[in-house]
Amino acid sequence: MNLTRRSFLKISAVAGGGFLLGLYESQVGVAQARGGFAAPPIEPRAFVKIAPDGKVTILAKNPEAGQGVKTMLPMLIAEELDVDWKDVKVELAEGEAKLYGFQFLGGSTSTPMNWDPLRRVGAAWRQMLVTAAADTWGVPASECETSAGRVHHAASGRTLGYGELVAKTASLTLPALDSVKLKDPARYTIIGASRSGVDNRAIVTGRPLFGIDVEPAGVLHAVVVKCPVFGGTVKTANTGEVEKLPGVWKVMVVAGTLTNDTVLPLNPGLEPGVAILAETWWQAQAARASLKVEWSLGPGVKQSSANFEQRANAALKQPFGQVVGAYGNVDAALDGATKVLEAVYSYPFLPHNTLEPQGSTASYKDGKLEIWSTTQDPAAVRRLTARVTGISGPDVTIHMVRAGGAFGRRYVNDTDVEAAWLSKQVGRPVKVTWSREDDMTHDSYRPAGTIGLKAGLDAQGRVVAWREHFVTFGDGKRTILNGGIELHDFPAGYVPAFQLGMSNSIPLSIRTGPLRAPGANGQAFVLQSFLDELAFAAGRDPLDLQLELLSRVPAAGFNFQPHNPFGSTDPERLRGVLETVAEMSDWRKRGKEQGRGMGIAAVFYHGSYFAEVAEVSVDAQSRITVRQIWAAGDMGSPVINPREAENQAFGGIIDGLSQMDQEITLANGVVQQENFDKQPLMRMSQTPKIEVRFCKTEFPPSGLGEPMLPPVIPAVTNAVFAATGRRIRTLPLRRSGFSFA
Amino acid sequence: MAITVKVNQQLHTLDVPGDTPLLWVLRDVLGLKGTKYGCGIAMCGACTVHVNGQAVRSCITPVSSVEKAEITTIEGLAETEIHPVQQAWEEMDVPQCGYCQAGQIMTASALLAKTAQPTEAEINVAMSGNLCRCGTYPRIREAVHRAAELLSAKGGGL
Repeated sequence: MNLTRRSFLKISAVAGGGFLLGLYESQVGVAQARGGFAAPPIEPRAFVKIAPDGKVTILAKNPEAGQGVKTMLPMLIAEELDVDWKDVKVELAEGEAKLYGFQFLGGSTSTPMNWDPLRRVGAAWRQMLVTAAADTWGVPASECETSAGRVHHAASGRTLGYGELVAKTASLTLPALDSVKLKDPARYTIIGASRSGVDNRAIVTGRPLFGIDVEPAGVLHAVVVKCPVFGGTVKTANTGEVEKLPGVWKVMVVAGTLTNDTVLPLNPGLEPGVAILAETWWQAQAARASLKVEWSLGPGVKQSSANFEQRANAALKQPFGQVVGAYGNVDAALDGATKVLEAVYSYPFLPHNTLEPQGSTASYKDGKLEIWSTTQDPAAVRRLTARVTGISGPDVTIHMVRAGGAFGRRYVNDTDVEAAWLSKQVGRPVKVTWSREDDMTHDSYRPAGTIGLKAGLDAQGRVVAWREHFVTFGDGKRTILNGGIELHDFPAGYVPAFQLGMSNSIPLSIRTGPLRAPGANGQAFVLQSFLDELAFAAGRDPLDLQLELLSRVPAAGFNFQPHNPFGSTDPERLRGVLETVAEMSDWRKRGKEQGRGMGIAAVFYHGSYFAEVAEVSVDAQSRITVRQIWAAGDMGSPVINPREAENQAFGGIIDGLSQMDQEITLANGVVQQENFDKQPLMRMSQTPKIEVRFCKTEFPPSGLGEPMLPPVIPAVTNAVFAATGRRIRTLPLRRSGFSFA
Repeated sequence: MAITVKVNQQLHTLDVPGDTPLLWVLRDVLGLKGTKYGCGIAMCGACTVHVNGQAVRSCITPVSSVEKAEITTIEGLAETEIHPVQQAWEEMDVPQCGYCQAGQIMTASALLAKTAQPTEAEINVAMSGNLCRCGTYPRIREAVHRAAELLSAKGGGL
């Protein structure tokens, strides 16, 4: 990897507002040492259990929330172990970094970080089983072969199953992961062949499987009522009265341990409120109607969305608060331009809306704590619960439980902290389940953003200057979490004169955090729409404008990092997906018809490339029907689990469409959208036909959790422009006068 | 107040207030965790069960309103090991997170019981009350068609 630690950290700090920094600080040293992205698992033996009857249990190390890793990661081990997939049973590992290394759901990292090491875990086990067989027979290991969970010695016709050999491996040393030989990909029988989700039978028959289904004996169900203004504290509450209600076991004021800061961290601590614990969840939830709380309102009581808009527009009239990146002489290039375009774009705060609301179950007993968590980051659960319970290390067991969606919300772990704290207070297992309203009004929202753009075209319609002013939230020095901007996003580096500046002086009192494809899920809409505007102004096909930009030599003074997954766009790979999607959609033959249009957009995100074309029709009431989406993706090769990969692509595209008409707004500090009646998700009848093609390039496989999402939004808005001549510069759609049909 | 409900062919006499939503009776009183809570206002369909063969949102159904009705949950859908709709869901590898799928399957099986070969428009009408946050709709559509095939191969009987 052509990347220094220093530059990596600098990029990360800009991009993730500190989030990716924390993630990669621990990984980057290892990655550099190995010349790759991956960190090895700590204890390879822990990943595989072989029973005497030959049944193999493989542990999936990372949290599962629908992204398919509980199936995909064990496939990597099973392939090199040389077992029959039908003999494999999969379990989620416990959250224990000492055994499993870095356990994490996010950043589309599970594939690139585990592709190499987990195959090596399988190969090391296989080699150890071969050694056991060779010793048994007194033949050289080099004469032994394996297939379908057995070792064979062809010369003597002898064969032994892994189950018969496993006892002998106890006294053997597992070979070093770097020393083992990996299979020739031509011999793969598991990788590259679609395997359906290992939990599918349990899901379709309704077996208890999710966080909300966990129920240790003697459990109390809890809701925690919080101030409508984030961070507000309890002055008085009629806890005694509520405690008399049927089924209610205890009502407690939670003082909380919330961080008192103007820029909130991802996990700000235990939020204040009133906890109601009852024998069933409905008893706790129903008791809320009788609860009377006088709140000391949180610091955000004066904050409203209308003020944010005013402040953002005012900031755009001022110079940059800080320069994020610049090269060339933008002023001179704009002066010399034949045509200059200016536009202001904005996108809203968004919720995560995991269909399973936030929740957690904890059991404190005799100084030990057990947690059943749907977290994306089990190490954080360990750290955060230790702060409120004082229990840590071997006294804490974290069971990772399948989550009903995560999308970035389950980094926050607030319900784990609540459940652990409550269980310690009451001495019984406690299951916290947030209502949908709790979930939507106390989220860690995708930050809103406003971007002012100015660009110049020369006489040939080429982009010669680009100035971008990103307005976000913060205290002027520090930016809110995930409220930063990526220095490297295309077309940075390809325009000869470029300036990207940021102003971060709007205070914010609600939590923010990563939502699937953080940064790009808002900013790709802006950048790819403005490129479309420039193409139209220049009288050029937007595809040609992008391809021509990509054919340029990266500008002097731009820190070009095409092989860094968090660095710059590799022009060849972006061109590859653009040309593929153009072919799939017959882009060049698209017709011109009032009320019907096609749009194109592409992004490089977290190591993978996606280009998408949308075809829409728009009726006289400005209702948009998305008729079809074509998507071309390049996340290297092989595609480990192809049907599941296609599922992810479908899902991310539909997720992106859903985001287009959602928003979270504040009035006097209170979130105005509480449930799905005010927060529409795409429904079956609105879902377009989607065609996906993966361009299998020679790069190692990269992630697929996120990169298909950002381009669909500008592909649709650009298609709406093609259909109507009206440019959508403000999301959600309703704030630009559109809706989905 | 004693209330008697019949769930998956079994009678249960319960001591719960009559306005308790059926969803929470199923989950917390009867221990049937397959039916899911998503919104509590009948907007998402994760809590869908059958009441006398109709797909019903259990989160807004007071338990007193379904006394002596035939209630079927995802756990009771299959008469044998697996129902054809469940089988189709497996074959098409529909689930991503899986949280909404019990509700989707209950809605789809109620549709197919009435309409053996639904059109695209009929599928849209029947299924659009069920949200899937992961966006499995293209696979659900395939699976509904596949389930229709499996059911017709069985002679149309559910």
